[in-house]
Amino acid sequence: MTEKSREVKLSCRNLWKVYAADAAPYFKDEVSESGVAELAARMREDGAIPAAADVSFDVHVGEIFVIMGLSGSGKSTVVRCLSRLVEPTRGEVLLDGEDLLKKSRKELINIRRHKLGMVFQNFGLMPHLSVWENIAFPLTLQGVARGKRDEQVRRVIELVGLEGRETSFPRELSGGQQQRVGIARSLAIEPQLWFLDEPFSALDPLIRRQMQDEFLRIQGALKKSIVFITHDFLEALRIADRMMIMRDGMVVQVGAPAELIVNPADDYVAEFTEDVPMVRVLKARDVIDPEAAPSPEMPNTEAEASVETLLPLLAGHKNGIAVTENGATRGVVTAASVIAALAHQDKTRGPDGAAPEAAAQ
Amino acid sequence: MSRDARVTLLWAALLGGTVALLLASGGAGRLVVFPEEWVLPLTPILNDAMNWTVNTFGAGFRAFSTALDVPMSAVRDLLHWLPWSVTLTLVTFAAFAVSGLGLAVFSFFAILYMVVIGYWYESMNSLALVAISVPLAVGIGFGLGALAFFSERADRALRPLMDLLQTVPAFAYLLPILLLFGFGPVVGLIASILFAFPPTVRNTVLGLARVPDEVIEAGLMSGATGTQLFWRVRVPSAMRQILLGVNQTTMAAFSMVIIASIIGGTADIGWEVLSTMRKAQFGESVLAGIVIALMAMVMDRITHAAADREPRAPDANEPPWWRYRMWIAAVALGLGVALLARVFPALHEYPEAWEIYPAHYLNSAIEWLIVEYAAAINTIKTIAFFFVMLPVKMGLVKTISPFSWGFAFTETMQLGYAVAALALAGIVAATGRRQLAVVIGFIAVMLFYGLTSLPWSGLLAMATLLAWQLGGRKLALGTVLGLGFLLLAGVWPQAMLSVYLCGIAVILSFVIGAAIGVLAAEYDGVSKLVRPINDTLQTMPLFVILIPFVMVFKIGEFTALLAVMAYAVVPAIRYSEHGLRNVPAQAIEAAEAMGCTRLQMLWRVKLPLALPVMMLGLNQTIMYAIAMLVIAALVGTNGLGQQVYIGLGDGDFGIGIIAGIGMAIIAMIADRMTQAWTLRRQRELGLDTD
Repeated sequence: MTEKSREVKLSCRNLWKVYAADAAPYFKDEVSESGVAELAARMREDGAIPAAADVSFDVHVGEIFVIMGLSGSGKSTVVRCLSRLVEPTRGEVLLDGEDLLKKSRKELINIRRHKLGMVFQNFGLMPHLSVWENIAFPLTLQGVARGKRDEQVRRVIELVGLEGRETSFPRELSGGQQQRVGIARSLAIEPQLWFLDEPFSALDPLIRRQMQDEFLRIQGALKKSIVFITHDFLEALRIADRMMIMRDGMVVQVGAPAELIVNPADDYVAEFTEDVPMVRVLKARDVIDPEAAPSPEMPNTEAEASVETLLPLLAGHKNGIAVTENGATRGVVTAASVIAALAHQDKTRGPDGAAPEAAAQ
Repeated sequence: MSRDARVTLLWAALLGGTVALLLASGGAGRLVVFPEEWVLPLTPILNDAMNWTVNTFGAGFRAFSTALDVPMSAVRDLLHWLPWSVTLTLVTFAAFAVSGLGLAVFSFFAILYMVVIGYWYESMNSLALVAISVPLAVGIGFGLGALAFFSERADRALRPLMDLLQTVPAFAYLLPILLLFGFGPVVGLIASILFAFPPTVRNTVLGLARVPDEVIEAGLMSGATGTQLFWRVRVPSAMRQILLGVNQTTMAAFSMVIIASIIGGTADIGWEVLSTMRKAQFGESVLAGIVIALMAMVMDRITHAAADREPRAPDANEPPWWRYRMWIAAVALGLGVALLARVFPALHEYPEAWEIYPAHYLNSAIEWLIVEYAAAINTIKTIAFFFVMLPVKMGLVKTISPFSWGFAFTETMQLGYAVAALALAGIVAATGRRQLAVVIGFIAVMLFYGLTSLPWSGLLAMATLLAWQLGGRKLALGTVLGLGFLLLAGVWPQAMLSVYLCGIAVILSFVIGAAIGVLAAEYDGVSKLVRPINDTLQTMPLFVILIPFVMVFKIGEFTALLAVMAYAVVPAIRYSEHGLRNVPAQAIEAAEAMGCTRLQMLWRVKLPLALPVMMLGLNQTIMYAIAMLVIAALVGTNGLGQQVYIGLGDGDFGIGIIAGIGMAIIAMIADRMTQAWTLRRQRELGLDTD
């Protein structure tokens, strides 16, 4: 995959967060990868809470990395460990190769002031400050000179489309607008790494969709490295470059959305993918017919195009559509191959979560 | 046998034992009257300790009080030096700035009244005390609140201390302060700081704790240092709650300043009320009392409005000084009026010739009223006395006589009374309402013998059993220890006198208050009518409430009872209305869908669901009644309140402080019991604590 070549911005290595009077005894012996679940179970028995258990992942430069999980799965704990809002029990968090967990209080404040930005589920706005003052808040704390500060604030206000609301107070804004303020505030310092903790979960479905588009638009312009938390699988699918599914503090699977759907690691992941409209998730390259050969009269499509957009084309071209990637032809998509792929998906999912093998018989 | 049934039997045994004890001993004996020789010599010990403290550290305390005297005199001199017209203008403008025209008009006339009536000098003396004590109390309260927020240990140490400072009757701390710091207005100042700082602590802790986690996290992610996080995130986010604390602190400080005038030598408005009341010059004391009431209302409304104010979005492109326009306007107005006052001396010093002082007419009017309605007033008094107060206090056995009830309480009648009471309790118990049966049994025994004649051993056992039933082992232990202190300190008889008066007042206030609350919840008109009356009664310094009752009914227990009720009825009304109006809407809809009539709705749905909140009202009613009881002791009661006065009057620290702590103990036991009960009911109903 192309992502592999990309530079790593943030690397989380074997991160643990255990809520216990004293967690040290659990880590006397080296924890093997296979022993994680067992160790976590032992902690629970003792009444300790392993909110994050041996979590490892990389976030590449310019990538949207989504952490998905139900409430209590530990995803919020992980994102707070990354910025040390919650102090991890064990592990490494490497930002540009430097371990954040080894930084002093002062260094950490400096890193937060210049490199990190965060958006919160319930916005986390200061009730006593106006929109403008809220957005300027991180710059004010740093003591940035007024002229530069105003210029910066003006810029992000335009970016999120809050012109004209500068003097309002948070309570006078709708939820969507409040979150725009939260987004603008987190971007005011031009962070390199952007954390978003369920930023749209508190919003109405319609507004949520609109804000997702807005978010993708902003990201298209800024190309930040992003860790995005959500409990909504469809939201994850819409925006993720890669995603990680968590359960009970442990990582269940990491991969691109299509990978997760095509090859779910276990029933837990498979259950999330059940209601996903496959035609939207599958890309042209996922449904290539190995037996069909390209011919010049066929129309072309990009390998990244979703199957949904191919359907009208397929209806008109019985022989199929040629799939190209970086200018080279990769293969052909036919109506039969699309139907086969969709049918296969339904089989592997199985009716009511029955074992895929049994259903395939 | 179920636990319930066993407890009921235990109650029956206790009540039966009490009666048997009284019959056997004839009202005397060690288990009935606490023997003198068991009483610990606490009073001399406390007095010695106090003497030692005064002798050892007296110089230090006095130096402190001298130091405090400097800023206080400065503020007082400033307020006297300022022309009345300037103060009037500034207060009115402040009211306008924080609230609007309505409050400004009210403040203007309230202050004008003080000037015209000729109490300007006295009012400014009181105001000076408040002006110094509030900033100090707020400063101390904020500091301690922040400390308690960050350190759980500090929090745990502070809470009981604050409970004590607020439940020990205000008068009780005047004496130690008097002894330590010497005479003068400084005593009032220190007492009012001590009394007034707890609300700020409580609200600061509450406000800081309620700042949402995400706001803190947002501050941290913005790169706030520890100091920045506290001053720029936590404190401003908690500011509204803190300002509510400031409002409560202001009111507490003012009420203590008024109370403190009882020690005299301050020439303030509280003294004016007290001294005229003692001389039975009711016209004068009404006029001065109105000044206090007006001051309290103006202070309350202004500080409350300041706490309630929302920051307003500034218009774009306004000049920078525009933000400070209100301050600039205030300074300009003040200077302008001051200049005017130079030109017109009447604006500087209000001419005596213009004063209106209708005390004389008031006195005549009151006299006429009392003479005209003497018969009615006497009848009310007599009925209340013979048919309510005496039976509870001394029992029917001693009350019923040809002189009082018109017939003698023969033995046959007594036997009939006993049989009737037993039968009633038995029937009720048979229908399964055991708790009600116990209550009936207790009331029957208490009415027969009188609360003050009941043996201490029986009452101690019953109170402990009740505490155990309501709140478990810990509350029972606390009750035993608390009541044990009353016994060992030798103030049990006085405590029972207090409980008797307080008990009648609480029951009557709660019944009346709940009835008014029900009406207010059902009819918006009643609610609108009652609310301002409640507001006024609640902000009024307790002192003032006494005046009308003393005027009409003269000094005595009945007057004290009425005054206590007038004050204690307020929370009963408030909480009943609040509870009834906040019954879950689904429950009401469901009942309506089933076809409830309005009365059924009230009795079967609203009242049961509102009961926990109403019980909180009962809790507050008890607290208010106890607070007022001490003040009411000024007009003649015989309980612990009176003991506090005796201590204060004779400079006997031991007597005063033991009686004060005794009142605090009664208050705390009653508080914990009602709260435990409320909590249990609430949990049973699955309702949120609000």
